[in-house]
Amino acid sequence: MDIRPILSTLRRHKITASLLILQIALTCAIVCNAVFLIHQRLQQMDIASGIAEHELLQIKFAYIGDRPDAYAQAQTDLATLQQIAGVQAVALANQLPLSGYSMSNSGIKLRPQQQQTSLEVASYYGQNLLATLGVRLISGRDFQPDELVDLKTALPALHSGDMKNLPHTVIVDQAVAARLWPGQNALGKTIYFGNDIPMQVVGVSAPLARPDSLQMGAQNSIVFPIRLTATEGGSYVIRTTSGDREQVLKSALAALKRLDPNRIVLEQRTYDELRDGYFQDDRAMAGMLAGVIAALLLVTALGIAGLASFWVGQRRRTIGVRRALGATRGNILHYFQTENFLLATIGIALGMVLAYGINLLLMLHYELPRLPAIYFPIGAIALWLIGQLAVLGPALRAAAVPPVVATRSV
Amino acid sequence: MFGYYVDLALRSLRRNKALTALMVLAIALGIGASMTTLTVLHVLSGDPLPGRSSTLYAPQLDPRDMGDYQPQGEPPDRVSWVDGMNLLQAKRAGRQALMTGGSVAIQPAQSALDPFYQTARYTTADFFPMFGVPFQYGHAWGAPEDAASAAVVVISSTLNDKLFGGRDSSGRMLRVEGHALRIIGVLGDWRPNPHFYDLNLKSYGGDEGVYLPLSTSQDLHLAHLGGADCWGNGGDGATPAHTAPCVWLQVWVQLDTPTQAAAYQQFLIHYSLEQKSLGRFLRPPNVRLRNLMQWLDYEQVVPGDVRLQNWLALGFLLVCLVNTVGLMLAKFLRRSAELGVRRALGASRRALFMQLLVESAVIGLAGGLGGLLLAYLGLWLVRRRPADYAPLAHLDGAMLGMTLVLAVVASLLAGALPAWRACQITPALQLKSD
Repeated sequence: MDIRPILSTLRRHKITASLLILQIALTCAIVCNAVFLIHQRLQQMDIASGIAEHELLQIKFAYIGDRPDAYAQAQTDLATLQQIAGVQAVALANQLPLSGYSMSNSGIKLRPQQQQTSLEVASYYGQNLLATLGVRLISGRDFQPDELVDLKTALPALHSGDMKNLPHTVIVDQAVAARLWPGQNALGKTIYFGNDIPMQVVGVSAPLARPDSLQMGAQNSIVFPIRLTATEGGSYVIRTTSGDREQVLKSALAALKRLDPNRIVLEQRTYDELRDGYFQDDRAMAGMLAGVIAALLLVTALGIAGLASFWVGQRRRTIGVRRALGATRGNILHYFQTENFLLATIGIALGMVLAYGINLLLMLHYELPRLPAIYFPIGAIALWLIGQLAVLGPALRAAAVPPVVATRSV
Repeated sequence: MFGYYVDLALRSLRRNKALTALMVLAIALGIGASMTTLTVLHVLSGDPLPGRSSTLYAPQLDPRDMGDYQPQGEPPDRVSWVDGMNLLQAKRAGRQALMTGGSVAIQPAQSALDPFYQTARYTTADFFPMFGVPFQYGHAWGAPEDAASAAVVVISSTLNDKLFGGRDSSGRMLRVEGHALRIIGVLGDWRPNPHFYDLNLKSYGGDEGVYLPLSTSQDLHLAHLGGADCWGNGGDGATPAHTAPCVWLQVWVQLDTPTQAAAYQQFLIHYSLEQKSLGRFLRPPNVRLRNLMQWLDYEQVVPGDVRLQNWLALGFLLVCLVNTVGLMLAKFLRRSAELGVRRALGASRRALFMQLLVESAVIGLAGGLGGLLLAYLGLWLVRRRPADYAPLAHLDGAMLGMTLVLAVVASLLAGALPAWRACQITPALQLKSD
């Protein structure tokens, strides 16, 4: 189809045409970036925690007042929980992946006297932790019972630099091993914490997600052979056999309350609930972005349809004349469709540039990666489709204009 | 004349209902979305202590060792126990308070209530007069109670309602972590948002239930909440010792004039130098003295997502406006004949322009009212979200007025170009063609 008549018509409606182009460009730019943001959020929500998520329960208690017998109590609690039907393993953990509030981070150094830390990692500890969480060991071994140090002895030893009462071994996850020793075997290597406290790597685990701050490297975690109690902020982690987790949670709470009624339950949940809670903001944001995209496309579609109807109304006579001179209904329909396609194409081209600009701004202020090229064709197709859908109604109405209109004076 | 224009506008709008509805809908959607996010932003970036905030400062020192040292780095945003105590005792500011967060178990005397946990603030006495904390019953404690680690406590009105049904509970005893503390005061309405003095806990809606002297909290070994940043062999500092190389306390000082603030800044540098010569500090003096609003800005207390949503909503409004400009242009140009007749009958261009602007304003007002409804809906949705700022998202009088003003101004802007364009017609040409 010859596009010259279309162009010459558009040239007579410069302002209206450029407003339409501007609207399509803005919509295209915002939609591209918003879809990208949604994709980013969804990708983040998809992160692997590295643990047996669907089999885990968390119970967190607090005690009133000081508890001198906390360590003995913890052992009784763990032994009791282990006896409950449907329980596969139990642990006391200082924190859990994606639990949202990071209690414990450590800076690793590769050499003593090193000025800058080599890597910031999340540190996990607690009795029987890896087996209960279901973290796979890739090489090396898990901690032996005699390696475990109580937190209440380890902390003062750390402050005073007393190496004897500190743990000497550590398990790193695969992400840490790959970052610190690319292409080498991490087993047997020594890393340094604080004021040059050496620890030997005895095991490498599968990647284990951090409690939060995923932007620091989602899976940079290490595990220390340290035991802690609920009074020191530990929470009970229960791995169930495939049975009914809610039932196990109820029995576990009842059993713990029976052992000592004088404690306050702070948390009781399945790991899936914990994970859902971590990503609730991302989910809300993704939902909001999706809503804005829908509203934006709707407004643009209605705007295109409104302007197209106006044009059709304005050109009724012209259309009638063309029909009288032999143009078919199809010719008229195609005319409006092509006109819309042309406007949309110019708008999309402009929108791409704008989308790229917005992305640069977002990269500057919101630590976002560069917009992948794939979003440009997606945005283009979406707007072409919207444009064609919006113009279809008015174009059909135009095509229905009878040739006899040409003979009427008004 | 104005009334006549409004009448003309209404007639014209009625003539083409679909197009009118489309314009009103576009403005309503744009205004609704941007007012929702603007209201959230307005609430979150508000001044928690209007009138006082410009005289309140958060001093920062850099007591860390040389590990990870960078010459232009920011000092930690909290202080260690030793430095906090030193700043407190130096008394170089009009008022100064050293504080940290905590979490304590409350054991109600009534057996009907189970023990429960409350967030607590362990602070020195100046906290109350410095922040202008209102009291409903009783009073705050003073320096003597701080010095004596007195077993006293101040509770929030919410906790007072829960435990004592809102009656004057001063003088009664409260069991906190197994210790009996005497209630000496009940706060009035005290909910500063953002929770500026300690952003390590929730930034919004984080008001504490109990307040007790810092010295008492340390004597009773009450649990600290809010973590700590440690260096060297500080460990993770969940419950830092007083000598541990960790920062975990907040200092706030009141400095009434810029001169005093400048003098205090000098004092901080001087203090850092002195500590360095004593061997306690290793880094060159690196101090900051930010006032409350600068502090909130530095700590980026408004969540990034909220700002992003705001930009998104403004972008959406822009698209809606461009849409409206296009539709108005179409509508006004379609009436060229009518306008031509009016011009021929003696109406000036100015009069026509005014008439068309009134028409856009009517659309803007209708869109604004629609937008207001949508903003209420949007804010209701925001309040249902689990974020800790969610309960604060309410439209106040100022924002309500702003919604309508924004809508009318936006539609006037959108109407100006089409109206001007429509006024450019030559009356003779329009009359001839018909």
